[in-house]
Amino acid sequence: MTDALFQARISRRALLSSTAVGLLASTTAARALTVNQGLPWSPGTARPPVPVRPGPWMFFTADEASLVEAAVDRLIPRDDRGPGGKDAGCAVFIDRQLAGPYGRSDGLYMRPPFMPGAATQGYQMPDTPAARYRAGLKALAEHIKGAFGGRSFAQLSPQDQDKVLAGLESGSIALAGVDGAQFFGLLLQNTQEGFFADPIYGGNRDMAGWKLIGFPGTRYDYRDWVERHNQPYPLPPVGIMGRSDWGMK
Amino acid sequence: MARKLPAKDVVIIGLGWTGSILGYELAKAGLDVVAIERGPWRDTATDFPPAYAQDELRYGIRLDLFLRPDQETLTFRNKANETALPIRNFVSFLPGNGVGGAGIHWNGQTWRFLPTDFRLRSHLEERYGKSMLPADMTIQDWPLSYDEIEPYYDRFEKLCGTSGKAGNIRGTKQPGGNPFEGWRSSEYPTPPLKQGYGATLFAEAARKLGHSPFPQPASNLSEAYVNPLGIKLGQCTYCGFCERFGCGNYSKSSPQTCVLPALLRFPNFTAQTESEVVKINLDGTGKRATGVTYVDTSGEEWEQPANIVLVCAFALFNVRMLLLSGIGKPYDPQTGQGVVGRNYAYQTTSSVSLILKDKVLNPFIATGAHGMMIDDYNGDNFDHGGLGFVGGGYMGAGQTNARPILTHPVPAGTPKWGAQWKKAVAETYQRAFSLATHGNSYSYRDCWLDLDPTYKDRLGRPLMRMTFDFHDNELKMSAFLTDRLAEIARALDPAELTASPRKGPYTVTDYQTTHNTGGTVMGADPATSVLNRYCQSWDVHNVFVPGGASVFPQNHGYNPTDTVGALAYWTADAIRDRYLKNPGPLV
Repeated sequence: MTDALFQARISRRALLSSTAVGLLASTTAARALTVNQGLPWSPGTARPPVPVRPGPWMFFTADEASLVEAAVDRLIPRDDRGPGGKDAGCAVFIDRQLAGPYGRSDGLYMRPPFMPGAATQGYQMPDTPAARYRAGLKALAEHIKGAFGGRSFAQLSPQDQDKVLAGLESGSIALAGVDGAQFFGLLLQNTQEGFFADPIYGGNRDMAGWKLIGFPGTRYDYRDWVERHNQPYPLPPVGIMGRSDWGMK
Repeated sequence: MARKLPAKDVVIIGLGWTGSILGYELAKAGLDVVAIERGPWRDTATDFPPAYAQDELRYGIRLDLFLRPDQETLTFRNKANETALPIRNFVSFLPGNGVGGAGIHWNGQTWRFLPTDFRLRSHLEERYGKSMLPADMTIQDWPLSYDEIEPYYDRFEKLCGTSGKAGNIRGTKQPGGNPFEGWRSSEYPTPPLKQGYGATLFAEAARKLGHSPFPQPASNLSEAYVNPLGIKLGQCTYCGFCERFGCGNYSKSSPQTCVLPALLRFPNFTAQTESEVVKINLDGTGKRATGVTYVDTSGEEWEQPANIVLVCAFALFNVRMLLLSGIGKPYDPQTGQGVVGRNYAYQTTSSVSLILKDKVLNPFIATGAHGMMIDDYNGDNFDHGGLGFVGGGYMGAGQTNARPILTHPVPAGTPKWGAQWKKAVAETYQRAFSLATHGNSYSYRDCWLDLDPTYKDRLGRPLMRMTFDFHDNELKMSAFLTDRLAEIARALDPAELTASPRKGPYTVTDYQTTHNTGGTVMGADPATSVLNRYCQSWDVHNVFVPGGASVFPQNHGYNPTDTVGALAYWTADAIRDRYLKNPGPLV
């Protein structure tokens, strides 16, 4: 059997009247596909990740960004092992995530009724991550303003910043209208995601998170090292876009 | 009003492992087959190429390949007197989506059930007496024996090219394999994978303590392999991106790597994607299906008439399809009557995490199914007299990855952030690994699936409701297994050991496994099963549920896929060799 005999034949059914197409087509990303007589393949259908580019904040206001950058730098502080959360791009990562599908809770089940449940039933509130950040950062900024004589989080000493974060974590700081411990949990989770995700998403800059622990990233082939027990893997990490030094020689 | 399409011999709901196997076998037999899949078409080169398949955030955390809850989810509660609420974001289990289904994102762990598992109730009552089993435990014998299913396990493993070492070939014990496994008609198609340092240390310790470690059977292939359909798979590269990911390397067995290229060559097979079956249609008698109705992405409804309807969705959604279609009597836990939704079960897993002293484990060098295991404490491989529970599971060192968003262990008592956390993460990553137990989940009267009274899907159909909690038998089993595993782990002289036996209540907020079983159980008695021994509906003879894990009467101490694949072949043979000659009830 030659491939020519079994060329993929893909027909996108003409299912709709032209009126319905006009109404619905723009909201429908994927369309029903009929596949037979060979594996379908057509160019340009892959969905590679879109690299985050440096530039203006896409979700945060300037004040929000200043608070988040200061906070991620305490959650993961700079030390002699490497950069902290701010320089590793964690705030940029969170900003781009909140501006995208994650921030909108795309794909989650968001139908009412919303009712409080048992802890075993999972998160049951209607607010998206974007909404939780907007409300949480506002309430946190107001708390700090009141507790520290009008100053912002970024203006506090590192010791005071740590006290605020610890108070949120333990629930000893109460925020107006926001569950502070839950918001802290979300911020910490997203900060660590940014620290360890592929650099293509704006965090883990220069693979700082991967270098810290010795994760080689997206190398994909360790056949020569499986049985080299107790020997450190020798190659530096690499990301989906390669390594920054590849283009700098 | 649905528009009617030309009739087909066979319509398949869902194109994952069972749908593609049934599609291949029945198209090969000359039938005109259409498979209707609600998710997208997916193929290795386009959808998970090595250029970007190893992306933990996209696939492992944001769950790009999985079913989106806004398309379908379930409601959940632990007990019948609670109000079930929707699982708004899948965490505890992750149903697949699209062509390939869960066969894309599985780890490749390819286990057979034990011979005694197939006659579980009879075996346990014979050995321990009826009083050993709790009154509300609703386990039952399978309607087929290990000897009957063995050739079909063999066929599925050859389709996959599974890597492993046999422990029992036609009754003769084989050194290096699992001495407890049922007899095998042949050696594994490919030799075992290489083992990393952690698994090797575990195996040495287990052997010293008198256990029998062996390599986990893996459908991540140790070497290139051409399967009986003529499709070639590549050698696994130990990249550590199996579970939750598609394999860009053609090394993990899946419908994509093992079936679809051959299946799509049949001119009498068609796949229809992005099209969701709404229900199975019945004729006026209610005893015969006329086909299915599906809705495409525009909202247009289509009726696909067919002589045979094969329900090949993920286990949970097979149950819902029968409930929504009015096939079989829904289970009522108050009376114990009815069958659809009955005997929902899961898996009881636990872990022992270790931090070793001065070791370099390279935990990121991994596959979904490598590792060294022991089976000494599975099923009834050990005497349960005086233990106060039945069942068990395999256990061992099978860490599937060390992708850092989810895997950055720190010693107990370390703060969750800040300078101490950062130092601890850096100093621990290379020395830490985790061992696991994989225990049974037997079925109970108060664990079941039915339609939710409140919550609906995007098409206005009721969501399915899951009522499930762990029972004492399984929690005692998990405590016992975890103790045994910790004994072996202590022999490694770890700097720190944390044993975490499974505790109740069951929560949908922690990932455990995607081994959801039961609800359309196969059995010998229509009063306690939805399907007969050929996975054929007792009530509607031209509807089959060919081997999804929804047919399991209870779940055993192994991963389900090998049994799912074997039952798919078993059902395909029954349809081709029996049903087509004389369409009607086969039992």
